[in-house]
Amino acid sequence: MAIAATSTGVQPATATKKPKRATQAAREARIFYLCVAPWVIGFILFQLGPMLASFVLSFTRWDILSPPVFVDIRNYTFMFTRDADFWQSLRVTVTYSLFSIPLQLMVALGLAVLLNEATRGIGLFRTLFYLPSVVASAAAAVLWTWIFNPEFGPINGLLRLFGVQGPAWLIDPKYALWALIIMSVWGVGGTMLIFLAGLKGIPGNLYEAAEIDGADRVARFFRITLPMLSPTIFFNFVMTLIGSFQTFDSAYIIGTRASGSIGAPAKSTLFYMLHVYDQAIAQTKMGYASALGVVLFVIILVLTLLVLRSSSLWVYNEAERK
Amino acid sequence: MAQLTSPVTPPRTQEWWKTRQFGQIVHDIIVYTLLVLLSLVFIFPFFWMVTTALKLDYEIFLWPPRWLPNPPHWENFGLALTDPQLPFFPTFFLNTMKIVTLVVIGRLVSCVVVAYGFARLEAPGKDVLFAILLATLMIPGTLLLFPKYILFNRIGWVNTILPLTVPTFFGEAFAIFLMRQFFASIPRDLEEAARMDGCNTFQVITRIIVPLSVPVLTVIAIFSFKDNWNDFFGPLLYLSDRTQYTLAVGLAFFNGRYDVAMNLLMAASVAVMLPLVILFFIAQRAFVEGISVTGLGGR
Repeated sequence: MAIAATSTGVQPATATKKPKRATQAAREARIFYLCVAPWVIGFILFQLGPMLASFVLSFTRWDILSPPVFVDIRNYTFMFTRDADFWQSLRVTVTYSLFSIPLQLMVALGLAVLLNEATRGIGLFRTLFYLPSVVASAAAAVLWTWIFNPEFGPINGLLRLFGVQGPAWLIDPKYALWALIIMSVWGVGGTMLIFLAGLKGIPGNLYEAAEIDGADRVARFFRITLPMLSPTIFFNFVMTLIGSFQTFDSAYIIGTRASGSIGAPAKSTLFYMLHVYDQAIAQTKMGYASALGVVLFVIILVLTLLVLRSSSLWVYNEAERK
Repeated sequence: MAQLTSPVTPPRTQEWWKTRQFGQIVHDIIVYTLLVLLSLVFIFPFFWMVTTALKLDYEIFLWPPRWLPNPPHWENFGLALTDPQLPFFPTFFLNTMKIVTLVVIGRLVSCVVVAYGFARLEAPGKDVLFAILLATLMIPGTLLLFPKYILFNRIGWVNTILPLTVPTFFGEAFAIFLMRQFFASIPRDLEEAARMDGCNTFQVITRIIVPLSVPVLTVIAIFSFKDNWNDFFGPLLYLSDRTQYTLAVGLAFFNGRYDVAMNLLMAASVAVMLPLVILFFIAQRAFVEGISVTGLGGR
């Protein structure tokens, strides 16, 4: 946003003084459009088009077999006034996001910083931390049901060592969501890698200069690492936020598929996307599912714009440095 | 290390526990203790998968658990992969490799170019386009699913790998955003020097930006590889012919048939996962080398 302000402010002045600069700007613009053309075309074909189709469908009742019937805004009024599952799914998704996003970001950053401090065996540890992220979902289902098993599972086994009787986790509506939040920590491998790439990109001479000035490890972390890493933190924050509002796989595999009812136990893991899936696939209410999808899109869009707005306050950007 | 010690306080007059070497040793001990403990927590699910794959049926449900199967039943892998009912694993492997290779190439090439535009070039409407790019990350996948299927069906792409591969040649918002953030932190001086020497945009991208971005390119290649290797829903939706199935779909069918034989399911899962683990281990070496090549890491 800062770029827009400066460039529009400067252009008219240079255009009148030096016509050469203006043609150069036009040339640069042409190259820009050429560069982003593949994405723009792909966006129109594979995203905007299908999205508009979905938006139109959200005003219809459509069971796939017969042609869609226009129903005005009735899908939306039903959602906000009479669909209790809509509100429950929103509550579940927001609770999950509130706890799992900070947890994931802190664990990922902590692991990345720790790995960055190590001198030998980084490759091995990096692979170990990433391993849980590559387990295929079919295997993950069996795996996590066993880990959270109240009788035989290793988590309650560990708690028993400390004399604590663990909860029934995936079977207890009070704890099922917490089990999924704990589970999300195992999947931070990808986020950690992005943090690590960011850490490696920080010029080493900054640290050397700070060390000569007498800054200790803690000061160097807060004065150099965190500010220089802020674009990466911003990126990971946005991506984790978006991902967590679209959580589907883990909830579907662990809660729903294991017990056969959607969002089990007692709808305590009824994530928003599960509700969309249930309406679209199980109930074949494609029109209503489209409306749910549109609302989710708006929610995520608003949240991300809020984060984006705040980013100029805390994100360092080399390109915007003048 | 000694030569780096501040000249104001010569090492000789310092007590031994205040020296730099000792500080480094304490630091290493703390770092490696934490790394080992944490990696045990992260490796645990995988450890259980592998040991279960090597167990006999009855051993799986013993309590207290038998951590290491004795003797290990390696034949489980053979049984799982050469199952007479499902003789397609080599085919599934080739199908998966074909899709994944195309996706990784398509994504890297298209995203580098698009991300460079967003990171370095100025043009009217750039901010709007970038906002749209970010917004596309927020589109719930299911919202697009059925309209996209109808589109691909109409142009006759269903039952081919085209719906899974062609769209990746048009860039992908996640990778573009990640690369753009990375490119933005590359000092402009290098690029300006190259332009001074007469490089055009294409040469700047291939000679300056790409070599300096090996870490982020490797990360994106690994992510694309992993996502498409494990992708279940896409192949299931678009490929209905059994000979076209990918490993993830094949594994799910295996899962459906072997409800009870958890050891065989785990053996198949480990086998499907192994290429990913090996690739990741190799690629992350390039990841480290890429950093030393950039000259940005330690100087």
